[in-house]
Amino acid sequence: MVEFTLWDIVRNLLLALRWTVALSAIAFIGGGLVGGLLLTLRLGLGARTRRLISLYVQLFQGTPLLMQLFLAYFGLALLGLEVSAWTAAALALTLYTSAYLVEIWRGCVDAVPRGQWEAARSLALSFGEQLRHVVLPQAGRLAIAPTVGFLVQVVKGTALASVIGFVELTKAGSMIANASFKPFLVFGCVALLYFALCFPISLFAQHLERRTHAR
Amino acid sequence: MISFDFLAVLAEWPLLLKGLAWTLGLTLIATPLGLLIATLGAWSRASGPAWLRRLLGAYVELLRNTPFIVQLFFIFFGLPAMGVKLSPEAASLIAMTLNLGAYGTEILRAGIQATPRGQWEAAQSLALSPVQTFTRVVLPPAFQRVWPALTSQIIIVMLGSAVCGQISTEELSYAANLIQSRNFRAFEAFIIATLVYLMLAVLARKLLMWAGPRFIFGVRSGGHG
Amino acid sequence: MPAEALADPIVRITALRKSYGANEVLKGIDLDVTRGEVIAIIGKSGSGKSTLLRCVNGLEQFQDGALTVNGKPLLYESAMAMRALRQQVGMIFQGFNLFPHLSVGRNVMLAPTLVKKRSPNEAAEQATKLLARVGLAEKFNAMPDQLSGGQQQRVAIARALAMEPAVLLCDEITSALDPELVGEVLRVVESLAEEGMTLVMVTHEMNFARKVADRVIFMHQGRVHEIGPPAELFNAPKTPELKQFLSSLHD
Repeated sequence: MVEFTLWDIVRNLLLALRWTVALSAIAFIGGGLVGGLLLTLRLGLGARTRRLISLYVQLFQGTPLLMQLFLAYFGLALLGLEVSAWTAAALALTLYTSAYLVEIWRGCVDAVPRGQWEAARSLALSFGEQLRHVVLPQAGRLAIAPTVGFLVQVVKGTALASVIGFVELTKAGSMIANASFKPFLVFGCVALLYFALCFPISLFAQHLERRTHAR
Repeated sequence: MISFDFLAVLAEWPLLLKGLAWTLGLTLIATPLGLLIATLGAWSRASGPAWLRRLLGAYVELLRNTPFIVQLFFIFFGLPAMGVKLSPEAASLIAMTLNLGAYGTEILRAGIQATPRGQWEAAQSLALSPVQTFTRVVLPPAFQRVWPALTSQIIIVMLGSAVCGQISTEELSYAANLIQSRNFRAFEAFIIATLVYLMLAVLARKLLMWAGPRFIFGVRSGGHG
Repeated sequence: MPAEALADPIVRITALRKSYGANEVLKGIDLDVTRGEVIAIIGKSGSGKSTLLRCVNGLEQFQDGALTVNGKPLLYESAMAMRALRQQVGMIFQGFNLFPHLSVGRNVMLAPTLVKKRSPNEAAEQATKLLARVGLAEKFNAMPDQLSGGQQQRVAIARALAMEPAVLLCDEITSALDPELVGEVLRVVESLAEEGMTLVMVTHEMNFARKVADRVIFMHQGRVHEIGPPAELFNAPKTPELKQFLSSLHD
């Protein structure tokens, strides 16, 4: 039996951590772009679009992320595409993130008082100008803290990609735990690494939250 | 041409039903236990000794900043190395309970902190003991305040239980996996399981929003909280 | 007043009806506002005063009747027509509604820059002048939350004036102010009236209405109940409802 030192374990976990970070970044940025697009559609088009997007959000918020990953993985395979776990995970997490972000951002737009819309309208600004110059700047300020906070959820979500075979931190942990017969140590390290990644982000989000409400 | 065969999956409805029962069962037990931890935790963080507050703070931050699946693996795979061997079901239950307890502590703490100053003062003036003040005066309105957030968190934990199938707990996602490993109808199996989860989430929300006022924060029908 | 101005009212309201669902809040309003006139609308809450005002600049839609501003009827479906209308009609709100993320100067400059396509320099110059006009020249770079309520409302007036409207609608603009701040705002409005601005004001400030208004309208349950010069309405109310309203103010 090969003896695994702590350093062996941590080194391998750190290598896998790169993939966690990469997947998180892609999902967050991709999800942000899709979410932004959905928000624009929601604001600009009519009631039917709003209902559709609302359904989209309810779908992602009312089903397990694990199922979404499975569906992406097996669904894409059905379409005949050669799909790696990485691609499926990136797709599923991007859509998942987009649903949560559009909901967060919608809440922020709703939080801008109606009087702001009315004042802008009364000054003869077009709908686009009302959004761009009056409402979105205010909504954007409100959105920063919860958006940063959601990044933590995305990072934690990448752990599920291990189930469809993508070798990120959790999968690496499982493999190393099996190989080294040290599950307590290995999963402990895995947890600490996630913590090291997520906790600073959480703190930052809390700091932003305080700043937003201090004004 | 892609063909779907949902019937092959639906034919295995006993398995799905068993999975559904396990998912519900785990949630039904983890929820009150988790809320109990949340209540004790929130109270301790509000009025306990400093060391307890810090310990609970560490518990909360640790569980909120690590993935549920890692918590589950740690409990199921890691603890046996320390002599604590658990069944998949027990490990799942403990993981779900601790997870809900952590988030619940934070949520409820915020609800308690939002108690108007006058409430504490009125209770004091009526010579209520700290425990009486907490349980009769502060806690019910606090629960009412944060009930939507707690409901959401309970549903998140319920949906998160899908991961417990990975340690062979025979809940719904495990059932779907089992079915697709037999008839290779992976997409159909997971679609059906997903729809069942969605239905569970919708129903659970309705149930919780109905049950909360009735059983937890004592709003009698027709009256005010 | 020149004859032509008397001939064409700047705002003409004919048989206006508006409902919220099954609840009819405006039950047939007829009103002509002449250029340069100052109209004060008084009445109990729920009488439809604000709703009527908000119909004039299109913030509320009416179901029946006609409303023209400067001869042009309101066309809700046309965004362009509504924008054109709102360049003619300005509004000041009870809650000021200044844009919190923009400085005072930028609040005033925003609309002229975007809508009238003024250059930043022109707009800044105009803003400075208007802020001086309302007595806040030195506050150009201040942020709205650094100002008192009365100051914010005066900025709101400057902001509306920057669009050079023909009519200014004032929706209870002093109701949200501490009593000692009301005067500074009313003084600005009075000076606007003296310069010949057409004003339609929903107000509770009876003394102000008495002093500055050309006509006072008393609204009751969605109708124009009494209308006339302030001396007539305040000193010789004809209907019991107006009598009761006026006496309730003295309680």
